[in-house]
Amino acid sequence: MEKVDVIRGLKKNKTATVGLFLIVLLIVLALIGPTISPYNPLTPEPLNRLKGPSWDHLFGTDSLGRDILSRIIYGSRISIIIGLIAVSISLIPGTILGLLSGFYGKYIDEPVMRFMDIMLAFPAILLAIFITAILGPSLLNTMIAVGIVYIPHYARVVRSSVLSLKEQLFVEAVKSIGGGNLRIIALHIFPNTIPPIIVYATLGMGTAVLQAAALGFLGLGAQPPTPEWGAMLSEGRQYIQNAPHVAAFPGLAIFTLVLGFNLFGDGLRDILDPSLR
Amino acid sequence: MLRLIPGDPAHLLLGEFASPSEVTRIREKLGLDRSYFYQYFIYIKNLMSGDMGMSIRSGVPVAEEIFVRFLATVELSIAAILISSFIGVMAGVISAVRKYSLFDYISMVMALVGISMPIFWLGLMLMYLFSVKLAILPMMGRFTMGLDYHSLTGLVLLDSLFMGDLNLFLNSLKHLILPAFTLATIPMAIIARMTRSSMLEVISKDYIRTARAKGLSQRAVVFKHALKNAFLPIVTVIGLNFGLLLGGAVLTETIFSWPGLGRYVVDSLLARDYPAVQGCLLLFAIIMVIMNLVVDMVYFYIDPRLRVDGKG
Repeated sequence: MEKVDVIRGLKKNKTATVGLFLIVLLIVLALIGPTISPYNPLTPEPLNRLKGPSWDHLFGTDSLGRDILSRIIYGSRISIIIGLIAVSISLIPGTILGLLSGFYGKYIDEPVMRFMDIMLAFPAILLAIFITAILGPSLLNTMIAVGIVYIPHYARVVRSSVLSLKEQLFVEAVKSIGGGNLRIIALHIFPNTIPPIIVYATLGMGTAVLQAAALGFLGLGAQPPTPEWGAMLSEGRQYIQNAPHVAAFPGLAIFTLVLGFNLFGDGLRDILDPSLR
Repeated sequence: MLRLIPGDPAHLLLGEFASPSEVTRIREKLGLDRSYFYQYFIYIKNLMSGDMGMSIRSGVPVAEEIFVRFLATVELSIAAILISSFIGVMAGVISAVRKYSLFDYISMVMALVGISMPIFWLGLMLMYLFSVKLAILPMMGRFTMGLDYHSLTGLVLLDSLFMGDLNLFLNSLKHLILPAFTLATIPMAIIARMTRSSMLEVISKDYIRTARAKGLSQRAVVFKHALKNAFLPIVTVIGLNFGLLLGGAVLTETIFSWPGLGRYVVDSLLARDYPAVQGCLLLFAIIMVIMNLVVDMVYFYIDPRLRVDGKG
């Protein structure tokens, strides 16, 4: 796949452009956050509790009088990092397992894939809750839990592309000139599995952010006073009757980031791998 | 696996200030002092006779506790499946038939929005809009406390119909709307997208052109010829979404204080109530197996070719 093709394709694809815009917006926000955020996200102002949106506090304040906009800006760092780490945790083992079980078949494939099936039999969020319960609730454990849960998805995607790749002529050719198995996997098969992995990882970022926020919402993720979006939303739940803005804005932030990744991933899929559609 | 979870139920049960002798007594009573293998053996032995053990928290048999909550979740899930399948399939069909129309565009954007939506946020916002601002739908629970209800099937809607209690029926229906709709959002979006792409594939086939050439009405072509053939992948998606629904139930039940299985399993896990968690996991696994079986059976029903081949 030519680099220029991808960029040209992205320019043409409206959904991907909008998605990329949303992602870049939030990443920039996360990077320059401390310089633009109007208040300290952790400093309580007891006199300003649960104030609605105003010019002083654009998104209002929470139950301790902290500025919600500042907390969301800081929270964007947390969410993006959660997404990146969680996806890496599922991507790396998932890819390796997929490559090995797709290439070697039978004795590796059967046990690996059956184990993946067992993991897939449980709803993702439940499995994540289960793992966080074992590890204990914290931000790091949220990433690990969400990461582990999605390993089977990557293993499956990679395995299915390996299955078709290993029958192709170029693999035969490398074999006939005496290329070893590991060499074939690493240098010839793996590079060809990258496009579907990129598509899946982009969509996976959205899912990971969403799941991590869900864990935070259930009280299993970041602990207070960390400005994690899911945890902020969970706090807002108590004040939904008289201060709905406390829940509304963090949710909107989660939604924007996830939508960005989904739009961009969808667009990428059209460009990189039309067969997945 | 479950016992890997750190924390001792005896400690959690007795609180921080329990004396060591009390903790030992409780551990003995619950059988926690025996080896894991022994505990597992006893569990399997009891399970064979339908005994899932006692809940460590409440001391009530797990099977009893789970069953009541399971039915609450079933009621919610069925409502959500019906809503998501109906709206999802309709939106997908119309989008496919009027490809690139305004409706197609809007519904596909909505579908993408639906997939990206944190449902716990959507639930809260719906709650604010309909329960707080407009005050037309109740905020939480399955029906208003204090209403006279005797469980027959455990499904409040059905029971109230059986009893001819219109008041209770409407009351529980109102309570069901918001949680069911919240839970239905993501499956609805997925089903709509799947229906659209599956329908588009079928519509371009020759037999659809033949059907049109015969002079059949648009409705007959779309629903009798096209949709029937496009149904296989749609049913698969609906079936697969059941797992998603069970997961979503955890969040939805938390928001709306729906007394179902999803919230129960999280609470049990946090309280280290091993028998309750084991029971729930077992039940989830059984549900998934049954759902897969049902989907396979529906395949045979929809596609007669599979019946002749004898292969799924």
